[in-house]
Amino acid sequence: MYLTEFEKRLLDGKMGEGAAEAMRIQVALGEAFDAERMVEISRAHVSFGMSESDVWFVNLLLQGGGRCRISPTSNPIYDGNYLKNVDQFEFEEDTSLLRSAQSAYQSIGITPTYSCTPQLEANVPRFGEITAFSESNATAYVNSVCGARTNRESANSALAAAITGRVPLYGLLLGENRKGEILVNVEAYLRDDFDYHLLGYAAGMKIEFGVPVFTGMPPCPSAEELTSFCAGLNTGGAVAMFHIMGVTPEAPDCETTLHGESPKKELSITDEDLRKTRDLFSKKEGKIDFALIGCPHYTLKQVREVARLLEGKTLHRDVELWILTSSLTLELSRRMGYLEIIRRSGGHLIADTCCDMPCWTRRYNGKLGITDSPKAAYYTVRRGMELVAKRLPDCIKAVLNGVVEDGGAKDL
Amino acid sequence: MAERRTFKCHKISGGSAKGEALISVDKICFYLVDPETGRILEKHHALEGQSVSRKILIFSGGKGSTVAQGDALYMLLKKGTAPRAMIIQHPDTVLVTAAILMKIPLVDRAEGSFYEQIRNGDSLEVDADEGVIQFAGPP
Repeated sequence: MYLTEFEKRLLDGKMGEGAAEAMRIQVALGEAFDAERMVEISRAHVSFGMSESDVWFVNLLLQGGGRCRISPTSNPIYDGNYLKNVDQFEFEEDTSLLRSAQSAYQSIGITPTYSCTPQLEANVPRFGEITAFSESNATAYVNSVCGARTNRESANSALAAAITGRVPLYGLLLGENRKGEILVNVEAYLRDDFDYHLLGYAAGMKIEFGVPVFTGMPPCPSAEELTSFCAGLNTGGAVAMFHIMGVTPEAPDCETTLHGESPKKELSITDEDLRKTRDLFSKKEGKIDFALIGCPHYTLKQVREVARLLEGKTLHRDVELWILTSSLTLELSRRMGYLEIIRRSGGHLIADTCCDMPCWTRRYNGKLGITDSPKAAYYTVRRGMELVAKRLPDCIKAVLNGVVEDGGAKDL
Repeated sequence: MAERRTFKCHKISGGSAKGEALISVDKICFYLVDPETGRILEKHHALEGQSVSRKILIFSGGKGSTVAQGDALYMLLKKGTAPRAMIIQHPDTVLVTAAILMKIPLVDRAEGSFYEQIRNGDSLEVDADEGVIQFAGPP
């Protein structure tokens, strides 16, 4: 792999062992993917949570003097200051990991946005910009909806890129690898964010490898629908780049999108596929103890909808409702009065927090909850929490009544 | 496995390892593997309930979260339940970075005849640095 003089100095440790370690990872990546050279980036997003390995890796680079040249935005962890003021919320035996994670992330030069939807507000790339985004919903959105370029970075490789200010040139950074290859005809009816999430999951499972081109989708999807779609695609599968014919910027027509070639494969997604996907996450019924809503983080529009559904009502006394969002949306919700409505109903609107964090484990381990996100239901299994995934109005009905009904037949 | 005993492949993450082959037709997200036992927890997965611990794991590629894959392999290594090596067809940056950092041998581009001949339980030796997979014996 060709390296510039500057890159060689980085690799040789002339600019510190931390930067050298970051460069070694990137050279190994470049060689694995046959990259010819490096290319500079102008933005990055790192998806660290606060697991032991995340903190281990950041400290490894930090101790070697590593500092970010490009300050990346960061994924949610949890807001310990808020949780400690919630009645009897014993979130962890040991809060030192939260403090050491935050301190390491900020020392190395990460911008503490703590949100999983940077592409919507805090870190928005322009068309064609070379970036390094981890967080799988953001990666897919940045490539496909913004038309910027990133590979499906991991938290670790994105931090390495933020430190060296470059990435190996391969994969989706190259125009020829962005061409559509698999034609996916969407025959399913899409009515809300939940259906986009299900469509993503179902398509993610069916698309083995290659860039999909979706046809037959509505012409004006919202940012929320597209974010849900990206999250679903990267829970059911690993889709860092897709096109929606006539909607996304690199898909004006068939000829351009497929670079004049014929598709390698064609498949369809029907209402039946969506029903089957929904049933993977929606079958359980009974009394619920909690709701986690906002995976990916809710936008202001989604918070407004929750406030509308909750206005003048009170949660069932045995149910706790958590709506997860970014710090910017939390502040705007306060200004718009949505926060007050949610609080009066008994719910929490909380920033900086992810539903897959150790803070929830003690309180909700072995309990049944509800979410509007199949992604959240998929990952929280690891924490011993069971989440049923339903459309938002059904989630709100459940938090008011204290029970979740199957309701499958009525749903679709 | 029949006539051929060595197969060329392409190094992604260096090192070498010997072990029993375990084949998954589904992609794998290691976060849905129990670190204590190495068993796959994901419902409806082709390997649901089977353990990846100390196996030479053969699958098409990774899927899912961009942080959990690395976290999960870190925990599996700590508990001694990680696969010894991985043979894949479609590398993605998330899985590749995790393998490089955690020093788990990872290869792709195995010769076509490898996939025709390999069976679950075959004894395999993967030398990523040399770019070869060696068949060491039937189950």
